[in-house]
Amino acid sequence: MRHLISPLDFSAEELDQLMDLASDIEQNPKKYAHVCDGKKLATLFYEPSTRTRLSFEAAMLNLGGSVIGFASADSSSASKGESVSDTIRIISCYADICAMRHPKEGAPLVASLKSSIPVINAGDGGHQHPTQTLTDLMTIRSLKGRLGNMTVGLCGDLKFGRTVHSLINALVRYEGIRFVLISPRELRVPDYIRDNVLEANHIPYTEVESLDQAMPQLDILYMTRVQRERFFNEEEYIRMKDCYILDKSKMALGKKDMLVLHPLPRVNEISVEVDDDPRAVYFRQVQYGVYVRMALIMTLLEVAPC
Amino acid sequence: MLNISGLREGIVLDHIPAGKSMAIYKYLGLGDLDCQVAIIKNARSNKMGRKDIIKIEGGLDIVDLDALGFIDHKITVNIIKDEKIVEKKVLRLPKKITNVIRCKNPRCITSIEQELPHIFVLTDEEHEEYRCMYCEEKYNRKL
Repeated sequence: MRHLISPLDFSAEELDQLMDLASDIEQNPKKYAHVCDGKKLATLFYEPSTRTRLSFEAAMLNLGGSVIGFASADSSSASKGESVSDTIRIISCYADICAMRHPKEGAPLVASLKSSIPVINAGDGGHQHPTQTLTDLMTIRSLKGRLGNMTVGLCGDLKFGRTVHSLINALVRYEGIRFVLISPRELRVPDYIRDNVLEANHIPYTEVESLDQAMPQLDILYMTRVQRERFFNEEEYIRMKDCYILDKSKMALGKKDMLVLHPLPRVNEISVEVDDDPRAVYFRQVQYGVYVRMALIMTLLEVAPC
Repeated sequence: MLNISGLREGIVLDHIPAGKSMAIYKYLGLGDLDCQVAIIKNARSNKMGRKDIIKIEGGLDIVDLDALGFIDHKITVNIIKDEKIVEKKVLRLPKKITNVIRCKNPRCITSIEQELPHIFVLTDEEHEEYRCMYCEEKYNRKL
């Protein structure tokens, strides 16, 4: 039995297989409409996240399975003080696979150590968000036709942005990847990403504060939101939240075939005037997220097309 | 020369950097033992100038060698029987340590689930770097 806790739990080859499956699901959805008949997905969301939770639920329903779960800690036994280890032992009796989001880092790993069903990390605090990474990789591969040989700009909150950490971890495994890390000094990537991932893998990267300066070199621009819930200090959040706003004038500086991705929800870091630009693919990214989660559920449950 | 009575059977932790013995005493939980423990501070050493030494009466099973290896793998561990050194243990940086240090990241799952063991894994041997198994927060050595 396998779990998905970190994006590195799957090798690059396994990721390729997963994305091949997701592409086939995209092309032939009917072929997969009943592969999970009789199977149940438990969505254990200790922290609100409508988007990710509904993506998982849509994925399981598209496969013919059903869904149980809770959408916040208040509506679970966690509010009575139940531990993650106890909860997962109980959920293992009800469902065939589970997706867990938790505000504390490492909670899905704790669950996987006690679980008798596959556990998918659906986001743990500011730490990892591997299915968002699968979504991002799937979007880039589908729309660019490759995952290597490109310059990827990551912009915004690179310190607490778990999607950024996970994406860097996954992309360093492909040839010819370069990063431009665009953030205010206070929100730069943590030292363990810089030292243990970028430096350790000899990945070329630059850290800049100006988005304008970075735009012309980028093949991919990955925008992130400065998240209020990651700050202990409200003043610091307010000071940082509007650091970067992507608008038409900034888009004019980018390449014609650049892609703009965003894990969503967007607040105001991407102006709505950018939405109609064909390079803005963040809504298509959501659809790819469903396909890749379908492929992941099938892979972890070891089910094949009928 | 200060005279400390010899050990008939036990362990001598030698070549402890001067001033570090009390921290080791605390980390190894030696204060909880019923046996005799002697701490010698600032002993003269040809190799180190000054060093600390800890003598513990009793068997090797009372000292967590992984914890000691994490604290300082250059410490010499001498096993004493019949007042003679019968074995010198070589310490290594352990790959994993459990409940020796605690994760201080307020966002870590261990901050709210008290029963979880605090497990750190060796992520960079050259720099002696350990990270929390759950949240990957780096442990900041201030021993």
